[in-house]
Amino acid sequence: MLFTSYSFIGFITVVFLLYYLIPRKCQWPFLLVASYVFYYIASPSYLIFIGATTVSTYVVSRRLDALKEMQDAYLSSHKETLSREEKKAYKASVKAKKWRWLLLCLFFNLGILAVLKYTNFVIANFNGILHALGGGQISFLDLVLPMGISFYTFQSMGYIIDVYRGTCPAEKNLFRLALFVSFFPQLVQGPISRYNDLAKSLYERHDFDTKTVSYGLYRIMWGYFKKAVVADRILTAVNTIIQNPDTYQGGFVFVGMMFYALELYADFTGGIDITIGIAETMGITVTENFQRPYLSKNIKEYWKRWHITMGTWFTDYIFYPISVCKPMLNISKFSRAKLGDVIGKRVPVYLASFAVWFTTGIWHGASWNFIVWGLMNFVVIMISQELEPLYMKFHAKFNVKEKKWYGAFEILRTIFLMSSLRMFDCYRDVPLTFYMFGNMFTHFRLQDLNAEAFLGLGLTAADYLLLFICLIVLVTVSLVQERKGHVRDLIFAAPEICRYAVFFVMVLAVIIFGAYGIGFDQSQFIYNQF
Amino acid sequence: MQRKGLPTWVPKIALFLITLLITLFFLQRLLMPKYMSDIIEGALTAEYYEETTGHEVLFVGDCEVYENFSPITLYEEYGISSYIRGSAQQLAWQSYYMLEDTLRYETPKVVVFNVLALKYNEPQSEAYNRMTIDGMKLSKTKLDAIEASMTDRENMLDYIFPILRYHSRWSELSAEDFKYLFHKDKISHNGYYMRVDVRPAEGFPEPDILADYTLGSYAMGYLDKMCKLCKDNGIALVLVKSPSLFPHWYDEWDEQIAAYAKQHGLDYFNYEKLAETVGIDYNTDTYDAGLHMNLAGAEKLSGYFGKYLKENYTLTDYRYDPDYQSAYAKKIRFYEEMEAAQRKELAEYGEIRSF
Amino acid sequence: MDALLEILTNLHPEVDFETCTTLVDNKIIDSFDIVTIISEINDEYDVVIPAEEIIPENFNSAKALYELILRLEDE
Repeated sequence: MLFTSYSFIGFITVVFLLYYLIPRKCQWPFLLVASYVFYYIASPSYLIFIGATTVSTYVVSRRLDALKEMQDAYLSSHKETLSREEKKAYKASVKAKKWRWLLLCLFFNLGILAVLKYTNFVIANFNGILHALGGGQISFLDLVLPMGISFYTFQSMGYIIDVYRGTCPAEKNLFRLALFVSFFPQLVQGPISRYNDLAKSLYERHDFDTKTVSYGLYRIMWGYFKKAVVADRILTAVNTIIQNPDTYQGGFVFVGMMFYALELYADFTGGIDITIGIAETMGITVTENFQRPYLSKNIKEYWKRWHITMGTWFTDYIFYPISVCKPMLNISKFSRAKLGDVIGKRVPVYLASFAVWFTTGIWHGASWNFIVWGLMNFVVIMISQELEPLYMKFHAKFNVKEKKWYGAFEILRTIFLMSSLRMFDCYRDVPLTFYMFGNMFTHFRLQDLNAEAFLGLGLTAADYLLLFICLIVLVTVSLVQERKGHVRDLIFAAPEICRYAVFFVMVLAVIIFGAYGIGFDQSQFIYNQF
Repeated sequence: MQRKGLPTWVPKIALFLITLLITLFFLQRLLMPKYMSDIIEGALTAEYYEETTGHEVLFVGDCEVYENFSPITLYEEYGISSYIRGSAQQLAWQSYYMLEDTLRYETPKVVVFNVLALKYNEPQSEAYNRMTIDGMKLSKTKLDAIEASMTDRENMLDYIFPILRYHSRWSELSAEDFKYLFHKDKISHNGYYMRVDVRPAEGFPEPDILADYTLGSYAMGYLDKMCKLCKDNGIALVLVKSPSLFPHWYDEWDEQIAAYAKQHGLDYFNYEKLAETVGIDYNTDTYDAGLHMNLAGAEKLSGYFGKYLKENYTLTDYRYDPDYQSAYAKKIRFYEEMEAAQRKELAEYGEIRSF
Repeated sequence: MDALLEILTNLHPEVDFETCTTLVDNKIIDSFDIVTIISEINDEYDVVIPAEEIIPENFNSAKALYELILRLEDE
C-alpha cells in the first residue's frame, strides 16, 4: 500500500477510528494487529521475516537481561568476600558472554538482510569477474525483499545493542516488542526509532484529545501536500531527464539534478510527515527525521538535519564503536607517533567515517551507485574538514561570516553539492554519472534552457506555475519553522477560524492539485472510428 | 471541563465538513468534462433522464445505433415513441446495464440491440467507459456497470467521486465549464446524434484474418443476460447490425449471431447485407466515408425499420396522443432547427463545425 | 581536571569549558571532536571510554566528563 493510495487512506481511517473506540487497554495490542494486517496485505510471506527478527531479538534481549540480573545478584551477595580484581574478572566474563549473545543476534538479523538484499548484487559482481576470466555465469536467485526490512532490522539491532549496553531496558513482553519492530506507519520508510524514544507513548493509553488529533491531521495533510502535489508532479520531468541522458545534457543535467532535489525532499519529508502525523493522531510521538536540511550551511550540518535517525544510528552504533575501540586507540597512538600529531589524530576518525559512509551507501541499495555515492559523501566531508583551517583564515581576513548574503551562499553551495552527489541515484551506472556530471559543465548552453524545452519534459506551463507557488510555500514554511518554531502553534494561536480555514485550503489543494489518478487527457478523447 | 451535552468542537467540525463537502461538490461539477462541444457523445447518456414521455422501443448499442436510427423519423412516420441509449464504444455489458437502468424508469415493448459491440470481450478504454458511464444516475446498476467495465488502472472510487478522476482539469478549465455548470444543452434527438454532411465511402483495407472467430464468452454472456431480462419483463428483443462498412463485421460472426437468434427465437437483421433493399447509397448516406450514416442514411434506415416494428408489434400510435403531440412538436422543431443550422454551416464553411 | 581542560581548550580555544554545560546540546563539539577527546583522554588518563558512555549527559560539560573519567578509573 502506497501512502498515496486510496486503500492506505482507507486503512488509516479505519485504524484511527477503532483506536479510539476500543477500550484503552486494547489500544497497543490493536496497533500490533493493525501492523501485522498491514504487512500481511503487502505480502503474507513478509511475516516470516519480521517474525524471525522479532523473536530472535526478543530471545537475546531476555538472555542479556538475565545475565545482567545474574551478575548483579552475584556481586551484591558476594560484596564483602570479593576483591576488586575478582569483581573485575567476573564482570569481564559476564560481558564476554553477553557479547557472544549480541553477536549471534546481530549476525542472524543482519544475515537475513544481507542475504535477501545483497546476494544478487554479489552474484552480479562475481559474474563480472568470472566473465573477465572467461568462466561461466552464476544465475541470480529469486529472493523476496520484505517491505521496510532495512528499517525494521536497523531499529531492532539498535534496540538489542542498547540492551547490551544497558542503556535501555529489555522488553519483557514479546508482543510489545513485536509492536515496536512492526509499528506500521514507520514500516515503509522509517524513521528508525529508538526504543527509549518510542516505547513510552507507544504502549500508553491515549484518550481522544482534539488538539493532538488536529495537530496530527495537519501534519498528515502537509505530508500529502508535499508528496502528491509537489513530488509526484515533478517526478514526470525528473524521469524524462534522467532516463534520456542522450537527449538531456548540459543545462538540463543541472535542471534534472535540482528537480530531483526538490522531488526527493518533498517525497521523503512528506512521507515522514505522514508517518509522524498518523502516529500523532493516536497520541504517539515518533522521532523527527528532518530539520529543514536544505537550510544547512555545510555538508556535515546537512547530515545532522537530513534523515536524522539514520545518521545518529550510524554514529552511535558504527562510528563511535569503531573509533573508540581499543585497537583503534592503539592505531591512533601509533599513527600519531609516526605521522605527527595533526594527521595522526585524524586516523581513527577517518577510518570510522569511511566505514560509516560505506555502510550508509550500501544500506541505501545494493548497487555500486549507492556505494560510490556514500564514499563521495565521505570524500567531500573529509575535504571540507581538511579545509577548515583555510576557512578560518579566510573568515579572519574577510568579515563575511555574519553577513546574510554569505549565509545564503553557503546554503546554496550545500544544496548544490548534495544534489550533485545525488546524481548517483539518478543515472544508470557510476561511469555515466561521472560523465553526466562533467557534461553539465562542458555542454552547458543557456539557450538550450528555453520554454519549449521545458514544456517537452512532460509538464505544462500551469504545472510549472503551480510548482513555483509550492516552492515558495515550502521555503516560507521552512523559514518560519526555523525562526518561530512550529507553524501549527502559530495557526492555533491565531483566531479559531484560521485553523479551519488553513485545513480547508490544504484538503482542497491536495484533492485538486495532487498529481494522482488517471490524468485527464483530452487527446485520449479524440473521436475515432467508433 | 464541561460534561453536559456534546463537546463544543463537534458542531464546529460538522459545519467544517459540510462546507468542505459542498465546496467539493461544486468543484466536482466544475471539473467534470461537459461534452458540449467537440466530443458531444459524452453527454448522451445523461440526456435520457430529461425525458418527459415514455418509450415503447428502446435501442441499445454503440455508435451504430445513435448515429443510424432516428426516433424522430419513427415518430413522424409511424407514431412510434422510441429512445436510443447508446454512446461511443458502448460495450455489450454496458448496453445490458443501460437496459437495466432504463427498466428502473419504464418498460418498453421492444428492445433493439446492435450486435457490433459483441466483438469486444474485455474492457477497452477508460475514456470511453467514462463517456458511457459518468452520465448514469447513481444506482446499483451503475456500480455493476462500472465493475464490469473497469480497465486495469481504474478504480471504483474514481467513478463514485468523479472529482478524483477529473481534478487535474483545473488547468484546462474553459468558459464552457462555467457555462454548463448547472444546466446542459440538449444535443441529441431522443439519443440520436445528427450529422447532415456527406462523405462518400472509399475503399477500406482488407479485413485482418483472425486466429479465432468465436465471439467472446464475456460479451456473449451479457447477451444471454439481456435475453433473460427481456423475457422476464415481457419485452421483445431484436438484434440488428447497422449498415456500415467499417469496422468489419465478419461472416463468421454473422453466422454465430444468426444461429443465436434462431436458438432463442429472436429476429436478427444484418442491414449491412440488406443495404440495397433499405436503399442505402454509400455515396450519399454517410458522413465519414462509410463508418456512420448521416441524416439521410439514418432516416432511410429508420423508415425501413419502423415498418418492421409497426407490422410485427402492437405499438401505440402516439401521433394522436395530446401529451406526446406537444412534447414531440418541440422535439421536431429542435430537429429541424438543428438540421437547418448544420446545412447553413455546411454551406458556409464546407464542413460542420459546431455539432 | 586541568589536563582535561587543556585537551578541550586545544581543540576549541574559543570556548570556555569551565562554565559551558551544553557542549553537545548546542553542537559546540561534534562527533569528530568527541573521538579526538576520547583518544587524548586515553593517552592522558589511561582510561578507555566505551561507546555506550558516549551520551550527551557525559559530554555536555568538562565537569561531567571528568566525573566519567573518575568513575571509569574506579571500575
